[in-house]
Amino acid sequence: MLGELLFKTVIASIGITIFAVIFGLLFKGIDRKLVARMQMRVGPPIRQPFLDVIKLMSKETIVPENAVGWMYNLAPIICLASSIILLLYIPIGNFEPLLGGHGDIILVIYIFLIPALAMVAGGFASGSPFATVGAQREMITMMSYEFPLAVVIIAIVWKLSNIGGDIFSLQFISSHPIWEEVGLLGLIGGIILLLALVIVTPGEVAKIPFDVAEAETEIAHGLLVEYSGRNLALFYIADAVKMFAMASLVVALFFPYNLSDFIKLDEIVAYIADFLFFLFKVFLVMLFSISLVRAGMARLRITQVVSVYWITITLIALFGLVLLMWDNQYSIKWW
Amino acid sequence: MIPKAFKRALWVFHVNSGSCNGCDIEIIAALTPRYDVERFGIRLVGSPRHADVIAFTGPITNDMVDKVKRIYEQTPDPKVVLVVGSCGISGGVFHESYHLAGPIERIIPEAKCFYVPGCPPRPEAIIQGVIKAWEYLEEVEKK
Ligand code: SF4
Repeated sequence: MLGELLFKTVIASIGITIFAVIFGLLFKGIDRKLVARMQMRVGPPIRQPFLDVIKLMSKETIVPENAVGWMYNLAPIICLASSIILLLYIPIGNFEPLLGGHGDIILVIYIFLIPALAMVAGGFASGSPFATVGAQREMITMMSYEFPLAVVIIAIVWKLSNIGGDIFSLQFISSHPIWEEVGLLGLIGGIILLLALVIVTPGEVAKIPFDVAEAETEIAHGLLVEYSGRNLALFYIADAVKMFAMASLVVALFFPYNLSDFIKLDEIVAYIADFLFFLFKVFLVMLFSISLVRAGMARLRITQVVSVYWITITLIALFGLVLLMWDNQYSIKWW
Repeated sequence: MIPKAFKRALWVFHVNSGSCNGCDIEIIAALTPRYDVERFGIRLVGSPRHADVIAFTGPITNDMVDKVKRIYEQTPDPKVVLVVGSCGISGGVFHESYHLAGPIERIIPEAKCFYVPGCPPRPEAIIQGVIKAWEYLEEVEKK
């Protein structure tokens, strides 16, 4: 029994790793192309991130003299590994998450912190003043987006607690879409929560306008300033995988619908169709929460990041939560 | 070993080693939608550790000599140097000035340099310079 589980875990982990790296990089390429088109540029080819990674892998890897060697080399590996682990918990299309179980939504929030923490550790270990500033900024950003993210998730879980069951598991949340449990007020509340989560997404994956920790023009790439060659490539892949995982989380929380729920399909066709549909949903989430925002905005200052998250987005998310609570008292039907 | 992908993903670190700022503006112009060097995979990066190409603009002044050397050493191999503007080639308008230590091959003799003449060079010329660097890397790859 245990041996079988272990075997399954190993095989699936290898599968998920390949899947995560390929699709993470692919979506990163699509994102870059889209942003370029939005800015009236031709843009790099979609396979550009793959070329970047291959190039970085073939470059010399330098460990600076005053760096803490083991931590400096370990940080990118932890960062990539924890980003991939995330995808073991998030349902992909019709496939059940491999490691799901009671309370995994809470776990996922915390695993999302690990790549950022690994980057902070790597930044401090690289012994450059730029990296230290970047690491401090990353910690501050982390503290700011965590609260609104928690509010969004608690709101959804609280709403689902009406129907009972294993509410703190992602599998349960994605098999009971929130839109089916709410009335009119709850619908508005849900949309507001979705908006808050969409704004948390670029912060979570360190993209413009919240990429203060990696600002190349102000602090020379911040955390990553000393990294080169293979280590930088690992961070590059981890960034892509994290972006993919975060978009999948948004999909799992708010748009868990599958094509096979609406159309009758054969088993295998259904799996493929759901998978493609899932990729499409991830693409849409990325388009609206990352690409569009990235093309249209400039970087915020670190103080603005904190006030945007702590004040504006938290208030918006709390308002959504309150609407969901009112929804229980005055149930107005919207369908 | 240099894989094929190398020349399609050149990351450039830009150093102002005493330029009048004319060349720097032209480098930025090469990134604008009109010339868009990102379509060749060329990106401007903020740290020499990430770079494959170091673009020096301007003649090397006495004060910049040790910084230029350090930046060159900080860049991981394989790397090439792109000298943008006439200044870096002959001193240009600053020719025979009292504070010049350039041109660059006198400071870093082992560097593989590519020159883009012009004062300032047009963005097309800068792109052509990078393509010269590609061709060189292609040759290295064949060997
Ligand atoms: S080449 Fe001309 S434009 Fe360029 S730095 Fe020298 S003087 Fe300025």
